[in-house]
Amino acid sequence: MTHDGTISRPEIERPESVYFFGTCLVDLFYPEAGMAGMELLKRQGVRVVFPQGQSCCGQPAYNSGYREEALKVARAQLDYFPGDWPIVVPSGSCAGMMSKHWPDLFKGEPDEARARQVASRVWELTQFLVQVLKVKFEDQGPPVKITWHASCHAQREMGVTDEPKALLRQLANVELVELQREKECCGFGGTFAVRHPEISAAMVGDKVADIENTGAKAVVSGDCGCLMNISGALEGGKKPVRGVHIAQFLKERTHG
Amino acid sequence: MGETSINFAKASSAALQDQQLRGNFRRAMDGLMSKRAVQFADTAEWNGVRTLGASVRLRALSKLPELLEKLEANCTKNGIQVHWASTIDEANAIVLSIMQRVNAKLVVKGKSMVSEEMHLNAFLEKHGIESLESDLGEYIVQLDEAMPSHIIMPAIHMNTKQIAHLFKQKIKEAEYTEDVAQLTDLARRVLRKKFATADVGISGVNMAVAETGTLCLVENEGNGRMSTTVPPVHIAVMGLEKVVEKLEDVPPVISLLTRSATAQPITTYVNMISSPRKEGEKDGPNEIHLVILDNGRSGIYADEELRNTLRCIRCGACMNHCPVYTKVGGHAYQAPYPGPIGSILMPQVEGLEKRGELPHACTMCNACVEICPVKIPIVEIMGRLRSEAVHPGDAVRGAGSHASKAEAMVWKGWSMTYASPLAYQFATALLAKLGNAAPTSLPLLKEWTNVRAKPRFANRTLHALAREKGIPDV
Ligand code: SF4
Repeated sequence: MTHDGTISRPEIERPESVYFFGTCLVDLFYPEAGMAGMELLKRQGVRVVFPQGQSCCGQPAYNSGYREEALKVARAQLDYFPGDWPIVVPSGSCAGMMSKHWPDLFKGEPDEARARQVASRVWELTQFLVQVLKVKFEDQGPPVKITWHASCHAQREMGVTDEPKALLRQLANVELVELQREKECCGFGGTFAVRHPEISAAMVGDKVADIENTGAKAVVSGDCGCLMNISGALEGGKKPVRGVHIAQFLKERTHG
Repeated sequence: MGETSINFAKASSAALQDQQLRGNFRRAMDGLMSKRAVQFADTAEWNGVRTLGASVRLRALSKLPELLEKLEANCTKNGIQVHWASTIDEANAIVLSIMQRVNAKLVVKGKSMVSEEMHLNAFLEKHGIESLESDLGEYIVQLDEAMPSHIIMPAIHMNTKQIAHLFKQKIKEAEYTEDVAQLTDLARRVLRKKFATADVGISGVNMAVAETGTLCLVENEGNGRMSTTVPPVHIAVMGLEKVVEKLEDVPPVISLLTRSATAQPITTYVNMISSPRKEGEKDGPNEIHLVILDNGRSGIYADEELRNTLRCIRCGACMNHCPVYTKVGGHAYQAPYPGPIGSILMPQVEGLEKRGELPHACTMCNACVEICPVKIPIVEIMGRLRSEAVHPGDAVRGAGSHASKAEAMVWKGWSMTYASPLAYQFATALLAKLGNAAPTSLPLLKEWTNVRAKPRFANRTLHALAREKGIPDV
């Protein structure tokens, strides 16, 4: 870990195969983002394996104070990622749970070493695309103005800061306008949104106002929790802005 | 939730309705955040001073008992009388007995968070002693008969207009003005008279230096200096964690403190108090007392993980950067220490049975952790307290007090489903088919859809799509 608590990644060689960890929100609500993520990887000539036994990183229970339950679910994942390939996750939050919190969660458990080994192979999708695959995109879409929402866990646990924006900037016809409060939490926070609905509403309200101010047609994010919250609020408030996962956006713009 | 439990949700709801308040906070916090960013614009320097600051605090905590003994010995040698209080009642009693011995009727106070923790003003009032806050912010809140809403800027929840009205209403000689300089001047005139007649001055302590027996006090207005030099008796109160080892530990901590708090490279006044007035000296109190308060801190100290809470230098930066605090303000926490640090400190000091809601007043966004100048893992401790709140144990007072059978059942069911691939795929396939039929009146969904559209389950899960597209399984 680095001085600021984020995970520092060692440089790795471009692998022949990777695992894809879809996350439970993507699985149920944004499967097309998951498919797009795998497609982007495949286009780079990487073989993608999607273990059908996977379910969830355990974060919902972990953050609610139910660590034993989180451990049980996290432990169940270990079997599905044997070998040494990187594990690519289209969500900074789940990636953060696996790489930063699993070592703690498994502390003192018989499978601690194994959990650490798995955790050390976890990559957030955009980080992997930029740092390991060094992708170059060619934009094929019409001109559009978009903005970027940074997920708290991606930036502050995984240390993902410039990667997603660097990818978006590769797209010639895409104008990226930054949010004024790009780094501010959207108010999702897992169970926070339902435990403190009014505060969460105020937070997402500020986020929506910020997005509207940019005049963007779409808000792109790398985390499905944020996306569900922000696009839910945009839709609820009948705002003509679409929320879209970065994997899907990149795939749409670059076809195939 | 116990009867004594304090309701954060209800208080924050009231704050959210108050548009004036929300505007005041948003503006003030935005300003503080951007000013602070300028102070620490150089990342390498920030990392350096922060590492140094954290190490000073960690070193102090690693030998806390020894340093406290040293502090007591050196203070005593310097003529400062040291008192130990394990509870706030004891601390209040000590303060009162000193006052009664010198027959004090009027006390002036510099800013002190520990005295807020002790509810000292109310206590003294009960015993017929008038206590006047001299820090401008604290003075405003006192006039308003309210609580501070921030540890550095107690009246940050009010704007100039509101303060102008308050002054006009509460101060006899006041003319209505919104001119900040005139308002400040007015407060100063009122306070100066009181300084001259006060019997005792009370202050907090930013740091106490063990090797020299020195009390260090940082402030901007000079009122802290007045409170600690003009009255014949000075009582300083501090939490037992405020000790540092050496004199050379002071500058880095002050630098981090002032830049994190108000984005000042240094404050106007840095007071280093090392003894009462000596023979031949022209000013200073004749007596100095140091009251060292435990109030649950030694319990926190005993747990290696929770101990990190005690690193705090009370700069308030975590509040300024907390997306929850900046929406609801400090009063919603109903605690002397609001915001992220309050959310981990209060449950440990007052018990989870009373404060178990506070660790949930957080989205775990980690903005506080990113900003804390002494690197307190606030969110990790938050998570630990959430877990303690629902599991019986003895690490934190009130552990298990928020255990709910229903919630435990939900998570048990969740973990059983999510730990079994078969059950998981069955459940998710079912949700993909039927999930969208769930009425928005269901609990949780109802709260969610207050301002948001209902989330839509995709027709087919990622698992199903991946199978269909022939993506290889392990
Ligand atoms: S927890 Fe850190 S940021 Fe918050 S008041 Fe304490 S030292 Fe400052």
